[in-house]
Amino acid sequence: MSDNNNKLNGSPQTNGAAVSNGTPKIGFYVCHCGHNIASQVDVEDVQKFASELPGVAVSRDYKYMCSDPGQELIQKDIKELGLNRIVVASCSPLLHEHTFRTAAEKAGLNPYYFHMVNIRENVSWVHDNKESATKKAKDLTRAAIQRVFFHKALEKKTVPINPDVLIVGGGIAGITAALTIANAGKHVYLVEREPTIGGHMAMFDKTFPTLDCAACILTPKMSAVKSHPHITMWTYSEVEKVDGFVGNYRVQVKRKPRYVNEELCVGCMECIDACIYKEAKYPDEFNQKLSKRKPIYIPFPQATPQVVLFDPETCIDFKSHRCKKTCIEVCDREAIDLKQVPEYKEINVGTVILTTGFKTYDAELSPQYGYGRYPNVYTSLEIERLVNASGPTAGEIINKDGIKPKSVGIIHCVGSRDQKAHKWCSKVCCMYSLKLAHLIKEHTGAQVYNFYIDMRTPGKGYEEFYDKLMTEGVHFVRGRVSEVTDWALVPEEENKLTIRVEDTLIGVVRRVPVDMVVLAVGLEPRVDADDIRRMFNISCSNEGWFLERHPKLAPVSTFTDGIFIAGGCQGPKDIPDSVAQAGAAAAEVLSLISAGSIELEPNTASIMEDHCSGCKSCIPLCPYSAISYIEDSKKAYINEALCKGCGTCVAACPSGSITQNMFDDEQIFSEIDGLLKFAGIELEETEGEHA
Amino acid sequence: MPDKPKIGFYWCASCGGCEESVVDLAEDIIMVADAVDIVFWPVAMDFKRSDVEAMDDGSILATMVNGAIRTSEQEEMARLIRRKSKIVIAYGSCAHMGGIPSLANEFPRQQIMDFMYEGSPSVVNPDKTRPMLSVKHNSMNVTLPEIRNLVRTLDQVIDVDYYIPGCPPTPKLLKDAVLVLLSGKLPPKGTVLSPDEALCEQCKHKDTKPVDVSFKQFYRPHMVIIDNTKCLLSQGVICMGPATRAGCEALCIQGNMPCSGCFGPTSRVKDQGAKMLSSLCSNISAKDEEGIDAVLDGIPDPVGTFYRYGLASSLLRKKIPEDV
Amino acid sequence: MPDSEIKNNYEPKIVAFFCNWCTYTAADLAGVSRLKYAPNVRVIRIMCSGRVDPQFILQAFASGADGVLIGGCHPGDCHYSEGNYKMLRRFRLLKRMLKSLGIAEKRLRLEWISASEGEKVKSVINEMVEQLKVLGPLAIPQSLDKINEELKEIPEEEIREEEPAHA
Repeated sequence: MSDNNNKLNGSPQTNGAAVSNGTPKIGFYVCHCGHNIASQVDVEDVQKFASELPGVAVSRDYKYMCSDPGQELIQKDIKELGLNRIVVASCSPLLHEHTFRTAAEKAGLNPYYFHMVNIRENVSWVHDNKESATKKAKDLTRAAIQRVFFHKALEKKTVPINPDVLIVGGGIAGITAALTIANAGKHVYLVEREPTIGGHMAMFDKTFPTLDCAACILTPKMSAVKSHPHITMWTYSEVEKVDGFVGNYRVQVKRKPRYVNEELCVGCMECIDACIYKEAKYPDEFNQKLSKRKPIYIPFPQATPQVVLFDPETCIDFKSHRCKKTCIEVCDREAIDLKQVPEYKEINVGTVILTTGFKTYDAELSPQYGYGRYPNVYTSLEIERLVNASGPTAGEIINKDGIKPKSVGIIHCVGSRDQKAHKWCSKVCCMYSLKLAHLIKEHTGAQVYNFYIDMRTPGKGYEEFYDKLMTEGVHFVRGRVSEVTDWALVPEEENKLTIRVEDTLIGVVRRVPVDMVVLAVGLEPRVDADDIRRMFNISCSNEGWFLERHPKLAPVSTFTDGIFIAGGCQGPKDIPDSVAQAGAAAAEVLSLISAGSIELEPNTASIMEDHCSGCKSCIPLCPYSAISYIEDSKKAYINEALCKGCGTCVAACPSGSITQNMFDDEQIFSEIDGLLKFAGIELEETEGEHA
Repeated sequence: MPDKPKIGFYWCASCGGCEESVVDLAEDIIMVADAVDIVFWPVAMDFKRSDVEAMDDGSILATMVNGAIRTSEQEEMARLIRRKSKIVIAYGSCAHMGGIPSLANEFPRQQIMDFMYEGSPSVVNPDKTRPMLSVKHNSMNVTLPEIRNLVRTLDQVIDVDYYIPGCPPTPKLLKDAVLVLLSGKLPPKGTVLSPDEALCEQCKHKDTKPVDVSFKQFYRPHMVIIDNTKCLLSQGVICMGPATRAGCEALCIQGNMPCSGCFGPTSRVKDQGAKMLSSLCSNISAKDEEGIDAVLDGIPDPVGTFYRYGLASSLLRKKIPEDV
Repeated sequence: MPDSEIKNNYEPKIVAFFCNWCTYTAADLAGVSRLKYAPNVRVIRIMCSGRVDPQFILQAFASGADGVLIGGCHPGDCHYSEGNYKMLRRFRLLKRMLKSLGIAEKRLRLEWISASEGEKVKSVINEMVEQLKVLGPLAIPQSLDKINEELKEIPEEEIREEEPAHA
């Protein structure tokens, strides 16, 4: 009697015909990983179990398979025992698959005869019953051993890397990465959404802990970007579309109209003076709306490029077409072009760095602090502008009523470390609060109070800066502020904002009346971070930060080859960290460019030409248009160069006429079979339930 | 003159269509009859089981068995034929894959018996009479075959050498098979004697199928007027052609009806229904569950649609009772 | 053994197909984070949930799996753009079809688990194991073996007498 289910390509034993590279001689190696695996999995038992499976020529266990001696063990066995299949049960293939493949290759075996069993991340680290963990490790082992029967020798697939690089976001991270790469002689396209590069850093006055002037260290870099022969800087532009894959991305960039010809404008700003609005009357975004600008404006004096732009929402001519256009009259370079339309640029790049930054927490979402209700409650970013010499008050710290505050309270952790807002620590707020405390004290001589939960100042020179502040007479109150209120209980609180807080160091509830409140708002992902990451096909964490490939070992790589991340888009970080990451990302990019090509998994699909019926079911399924219908042969055809190996067409081919390297039907069926081979044993007593 | 090769035909759980298809050889039947000695064909000639039992084991060159295996008698006959024949060929969808009778695997035997002998509205059976396996009658022991719990394919009961697919197989396939047998150049055991590619290859509408078919609604044949110049799938009518082995020359489609899958899957597919489901669903246009479900409402009976001829040979083979 | 006891004592087997980019990575994250979950799941790594051929699912059930779990990227997040949608569509019909073949809905599960959702790997697996324990074993191979006992050749003289054929 033959069972129909086994009639076809089932278990390896029933179908020797598909086996390549001679009779399988499998070497099986199980790793202790110190105690990581061995403490939860009986590795000797797994080793013994594997030694009795069909096809296994040698089975060993070893302390650290990934170590040099571990790899040499495999290589020696390949050479001496003539092994033609290798299975290693250790950690995740995402970690060490490459290691073992390379080891096998060095011993003369095609690396794709190797398969890895994950008994650490998938077994020992997640289970605490040794018996069931061992059993699971055995099932996974049997599946892998059955699978390698069907492995085939494959050629590595390499793709060339286009040396041009796209960097999205022109803050300090993007600027650093762009300069590093351009200085190496590679061409960079730097795309910035705002009218100027510079990002958040351009808004700051001083930087902690050295208190050097942000503009003084940033603006030279901004000019360097502008004038660099290897950098194409596109401000007021956004990436619209991304296609392709590592080495060869096709990107469409939308250049939004400034209504000013960037080539002609020299930034003399005479048009701004000539605007028929004599007074600036629209909120200035760069100054956090603490000042006003005209419909034609330049974000700040050192804006790069030094090119004005129009705000069509407020310009009379855009609204009514009845403006005298004094701006155009005054521009002798004829740079103003009110008929400008968006321009779309198509570029080809090999690699991408995303440095799209962060946004600050919206303080109105924590209403207890009165932001938006009390005019004298400011966010930290607003204070950065106030304290800045080129800011709305030319560097004077004054309240909205024009009065210089005599006392200022800085509330830490607004939107951070808060179950009702964000759980994470935004990392930079303690330090910038200290910096602002120093600057406020310096500029106003006011009494400055810091209300903090924990003071977090790890970093070179950071703790020392904190110490310095304490000697400067800044007050520190430990406790989360419950409320900012204008309800005075005592005469001293009249016309003041009173901060209610439990001072946990002395164990009393205090009321501290101040003239000005500064909210140290936390950092959060940008609103459209999700759209960006989808466009670039990368993942994000639960919080919305772009996800790195490995938190420790691949902090600027992503799961998409050729796409790197740096700076605030990956998580809260300060300027030194952002710059360091940008450098790391630039190095990753340069290393790819320098290699000239990248090896990709040869997991492509192909049509069995003799068997394809030309039903065309697969053709619309391919996201990369790799499948086409050949009119001459009336069959489908897969362009291997375009195939990325998802296998969707393989699963959907109704006549089973598409195969996929590394994930072929028979490989997966043999895995299923191996996993379940003894599924029945523990069920004996229940059999017949459905009889 | 040496003996002519001996050939047998037998039927199990089948409709008789396969037997018809033998007669459909028309003039060619004379060629067949000339070339072989038909030693066993209960439908057409008077043979008894004892005649077969009397033959030497392995004395028949080939027996073509049609029909699924549902009863103990069919099992016994299948085993007997296996002993007496050098080659056993599963002939037609039912022997090959269970065929339409195997849709009965959607119901437990008990439920079928209850309905047939009591529940069916057309049955009058006040005494609740049921067939017995054996009764004493006039001191004679009269027996009936037992209905088994499952409908099985022929190869789930005996070893099968070749398969001729179809409901029924076309005369051309039968003739080709006989010629192959007579030639002695036998294909590898287990071969399905029909081209190993999907039916679209032979379909006259192949060129009219768009490369971007995207299903927004499915129709059963009675719901639409089918355009007889176009691919049926492109009209939203479920045609099993892409998942069904070629060999019939797309007869149903020539009759303006969709392929319902009687030739079974290609050799590379374990489960015809699952593959057809995968291909169809992948190409549905909706992306949200609600939209997808609305399109799927056009397939009210997926089992009957995708496994019309092959439930017995599908991966699951039967309904699992009471797993709720 | 009473039914309830069987169900309590038995350990369901789940075959899982996890896509390389999201769910498999999430399972790795669960490991790195030392989250503890039920040991009943056996993961097969594939590149995309779109690779999951419905045949794999049926084969797993037919070979003795009590449940099948498919993990893919969230809608819109597929590494290959839309492979997960293709799986979703197959899943919706498979569920209906399995229902008519008597396989309880909860035995087949499709979950979107992103690379950062190690916690979700844990909760989904634990929940599924609990649900399968309530359902009890599916045991398709065993029930088929049992039914196939009727295929044993019975010598003619042993045919039972006067017994209703299909009581």
